[in-house]
Amino acid sequence: MSPLDPRRFRRAHGPEFPPSESLEGPLLEVTDLHTRFRSGAGWVRAVEGVTFTVGRGRALGIVGESGSGKTVLTRSIMGLLPTTGVERSGTVCLSGHDLTAMAPSVLRHLWGTEMAIIFQDPGTALNPVVRVGRQVTESLRKRLGLDRSEAHQTALALLTSVGIAAPEERMRSYPHELSGGMRQRVMIAIALACGPRLLLADEPTTGLDVTVQAQILDLLAAAQLQRSMALVLVTHDLGVVADRTDEIAVMYAGRIVEQAATADLFAHTRMPYTEALMRSIPQLADPSHTRLRAIPGRPPDLSTVEPGCRFAPRCPYVQDRCRAQVPPLRTAGPGHRFACWYPVSSPEGEEALARNVAAGVPAAVAFTGAPERRP
Amino acid sequence: MTGSGTAALRGEDALLRVEHLVVEFGRGPHRVRAVSDVSFDVMAGETLGLVGESGCGKSTTGRALSQVVPPDSGSVRFDGVELTELSGRALRQARTKVQMVFQDPISSLNPRRRILEAVAEPLAMWRVGSKAERRQRAEQMLEAVGLDPGVVGRRRPTEFSGGQCQRISIARALMLEPKLLVCDEPVSSLDVSVQAQILNLLDDLKRSHGLTMVFIAHDLAVVKNVSDRVAVMYLGKLCEVSSPDDLYRSPAHPYSEALLASIPQVDPASGHRSPALSGELPSPTDPPSGCRFRTRCPRAEERCAVEEPELRPVGVQHYVACHFPLARPAAPAET
Repeated sequence: MSPLDPRRFRRAHGPEFPPSESLEGPLLEVTDLHTRFRSGAGWVRAVEGVTFTVGRGRALGIVGESGSGKTVLTRSIMGLLPTTGVERSGTVCLSGHDLTAMAPSVLRHLWGTEMAIIFQDPGTALNPVVRVGRQVTESLRKRLGLDRSEAHQTALALLTSVGIAAPEERMRSYPHELSGGMRQRVMIAIALACGPRLLLADEPTTGLDVTVQAQILDLLAAAQLQRSMALVLVTHDLGVVADRTDEIAVMYAGRIVEQAATADLFAHTRMPYTEALMRSIPQLADPSHTRLRAIPGRPPDLSTVEPGCRFAPRCPYVQDRCRAQVPPLRTAGPGHRFACWYPVSSPEGEEALARNVAAGVPAAVAFTGAPERRP
Repeated sequence: MTGSGTAALRGEDALLRVEHLVVEFGRGPHRVRAVSDVSFDVMAGETLGLVGESGCGKSTTGRALSQVVPPDSGSVRFDGVELTELSGRALRQARTKVQMVFQDPISSLNPRRRILEAVAEPLAMWRVGSKAERRQRAEQMLEAVGLDPGVVGRRRPTEFSGGQCQRISIARALMLEPKLLVCDEPVSSLDVSVQAQILNLLDDLKRSHGLTMVFIAHDLAVVKNVSDRVAVMYLGKLCEVSSPDDLYRSPAHPYSEALLASIPQVDPASGHRSPALSGELPSPTDPPSGCRFRTRCPRAEERCAVEEPELRPVGVQHYVACHFPLARPAAPAET
């Protein structure tokens, strides 16, 4: 058995979870999750009726712009929301146990051992006045009940496994002595320390260089595979999730607007927002000075309630119906859900787009036509 | 990669000509050569893209252009004037023509200032026009960057998103009608959808205001989109200078190739290329001898440790600083 295998250790405290091998059904099951915050302007509806499942050892990508509620979603799943001014409803089941019904003192025993999270900014997520070593061994000692030298040895193995050279030396460093990529590796080591079955990674590579980003993503993928751990990868960059996830959910204004197997999502995009997001990214294959297809406007204010589809004001396909009725999530083939009245490359969608182009709707005009090369 | 040498320089008529630029920080054993003998030029109306990892000296180079960070040696010739020799009022006057846009749009605006005041401030400092005229110019400029001055003018930066703050920063940078705009990672903190808006805006403004740009970024796809010429930097030196289409089709430097390979591709059908680059940037206080990239280079040989490669031509307007450049496809028919 590898020194990193969590089964080597007894769990020191907390409720005993049935081992994952013996269970049927998905690992994580989120049902009709709502999270809203009280603010000066009323309630901010950050997550509105999100439902999805993640199978054991699978990787789900959650993609959305800033303010789409994706970070609040991960925190709602973990149970890391502030205690006041927040309302959460719906259920989050991990291996069949409802986390929303658990007291924080019980939930705490699952953090690290069953589920772990990696935050966006490794600079602020690590404690600046505690050496890296103690931050890695903390959960090993408290959750797994290892003694000092066992924890030290395990931490060394962990740091080596996330690609940190000279781990002995790094254990004695403070976070500020490490580069951003190194700190993110330490964060990953801490998250993996107790062998979680579910890893949530919230923008793990934003702010890192492309070369380091590729290294970190490869590291996460390798860890996921070796430990048959489920991974939820949250990002604003479709490119990050494109070749590293089994499934992708696209979020907009607190809702999932499209979800499909990764290849399916790219090949058979239905939701205009997903399409617009893909097209707004500069492509290496395009010649330089290709005009980008920006999505006009910006995400809606989540503190106001408007009827209809939240993407309607920016959508090239928008029709009157979109402004009046919220489109429900519909099924388009196995595992593919989308919320749109006039889906991409459907007869009604094409018609809607053509009508908007004819009427000179700016979003539609900017969206169609061959990519123009700037003079 | 260490590319010293001036082979990539073109004629004397360039708007900006940087030769043997050196910028150092710190003292004693901690002295860091952030920029180490870099030479390049930018023709009027051109956009030069400067790419590289964090710590490669690209931001320092950008700052040294407008003498925000005074260079230790080398020359920065802008529009016929040697900027390194100027000081005091003459330098400030010259700087009005070289403006900067920074990475973090929110912290580059004074949170207590109202937007209209912040945008009009450059004019107020140079006492251009009356207060009403300055106000009017600021309103026009806000409109030019796609904001409604009636709505945003009285507000403060905290009320805006990153993308909007970046538009405001761009408006402010253009108030004194600069000839050269140095953009230091202007879109790297923005969402992809907003990023596309800002890139299109910069391109529109470049044409409408006759701007020349130095565009600093770590995202190669973004750089390719905006640039007429790309310079790749590593650890304070230039490794490759080329037209963007040529560089992306046939990179000559192993580092450029590795950078290209690490870009995540949106199309999963394109297949995942694993990064050819391992490890991190070596410490700039004690850079490797010879070619600075050799410690991470898959093609490194003994010669790379002893002899520093100089920039030399490998194609039409394509220069590389490498002893063993990658083979190029036969005769690219490019102008």
